[in-house]
Amino acid sequence: MTLLSYRAAFALIVKRDLMIAFRHRDDIINPLLFFVIVVSLFPLGVGPESTILSRIAPGIIWVAALLATLLSLDRLFKSDYTDGSLEQMLLSPHPVFILVIAKIFAHWLLTGLPLILIAPLLAVLLHLHESSYGALMLTLFLGTPVLSLLGAIGVALTVGIKKGGVLLSLLVLPLYIPVLIFATSAIDSAAMNLPYNGQLAIIAAIFFASLTLAPFAVSAALKVSTN
Amino acid sequence: MMWKWLHPYANPEISYHFSGKILPWCARLAFIFLSIGITWALLFAPADYQQGDTFRIFYLHVPAAMLSMGIYLGMAIAALSSLVWQLKLADASVAAMAPIGATFTFIALVTGAAWGKPMWGTWWIWDARLTSELILLFLYLGVIALHNAFEDKALAGKAAGILALVGVINLPIIKYSVEWWNTLHQGATVSKLGKPSMSADMFWPFLICFIGFAFLVTALICLRFRTEVLNRNSMRPWVRELVADEEKAHAV
Repeated sequence: MTLLSYRAAFALIVKRDLMIAFRHRDDIINPLLFFVIVVSLFPLGVGPESTILSRIAPGIIWVAALLATLLSLDRLFKSDYTDGSLEQMLLSPHPVFILVIAKIFAHWLLTGLPLILIAPLLAVLLHLHESSYGALMLTLFLGTPVLSLLGAIGVALTVGIKKGGVLLSLLVLPLYIPVLIFATSAIDSAAMNLPYNGQLAIIAAIFFASLTLAPFAVSAALKVSTN
Repeated sequence: MMWKWLHPYANPEISYHFSGKILPWCARLAFIFLSIGITWALLFAPADYQQGDTFRIFYLHVPAAMLSMGIYLGMAIAALSSLVWQLKLADASVAAMAPIGATFTFIALVTGAAWGKPMWGTWWIWDARLTSELILLFLYLGVIALHNAFEDKALAGKAAGILALVGVINLPIIKYSVEWWNTLHQGATVSKLGKPSMSADMFWPFLICFIGFAFLVTALICLRFRTEVLNRNSMRPWVRELVADEEKAHAV
């Protein structure tokens, strides 16, 4: 038996996760539907005036994105944990780092990317300021991977617990605060035609920091959870 | 070399008895310092020239806020040593510290609100410090909830430790992002009292109060730590002997 190269192992896991997800399409579509419905509740709640809506649009879109990601996080390790394949993966000779990064990348492709694609449509519904669209897309592009990475820590910690769903949100949401703050502030700055490179740079920094550090926390947590 | 001196304390029995020895001393010192400090602070320290007697809540509020962060740091250090050196007792101390830290965070928030009402005219403002303290409370509650969710306490300690470590990396990021968020949105309209310019007759009672609270926290942590150790080792012979001795003492 020949050992797979790291790249091949990475590609294999991503491909496998994507294939499983495409066989259960509801898992991809439901968080997206949730995202759309939550966003469309806000105009009903605060009233249809476009000035108010365009002022709070960045916050609504980002908070809804956080919640939608949170809903989809369960899929990351849960089914692999219950059918035992997660343990097999941890036993494989490849570094857990590769496995974790691959699974998180697949998760981002299935939730982060669709959120990014659908966000401009919702921005139109919320009368987001025209000059903010670029900032919205860029912050989502840099920020949603962070959501998947930090969320993975929470799932890895709670995957062994029977009713981990509410607990997961308690653990993960406080960690999402910096991304939320900088993303909405970048979009706000863009609405006022101010430069927002600073905020973007900080989100990028958070992204790279969590890309390098989060997999270690995830693998430590998975080892605890699978025991 | 340090290990030689430290390694006996990796044994649960020895550290159980050691923490039992320092517990009464910490409790006594806490009682002495707190009774001196609180009396001095509430009755004899001068009132603030702007805030009057309302200012006196400062002597409770600031030690609680400082300790709430200090305990989190201590918890994270314990979690790190548990992960790196596989010290099972460090897990027990994480579990011992989390609820005390959460309580002190809560005290800091409540006293802050009680202080804010007469000073700022509102119970709560989304000031950077208040917000980061609130988030600290959430992080504590997360650690406690995760610890409670596991049946197996050894696993619970490890998982809670990982979360505490993730939190301690995030805490400075959260703190600075919250500060930046606030200054961007509304600017500092209310600044807290200038600490370095505090006069000596206010500083000394504050210091004594702080030391008293620190000893109180140490005593409480020792107490909870002992309970955690007993809980995790309830099947060990030394714990059974302890229980047997207790029963004998009560029977007489």
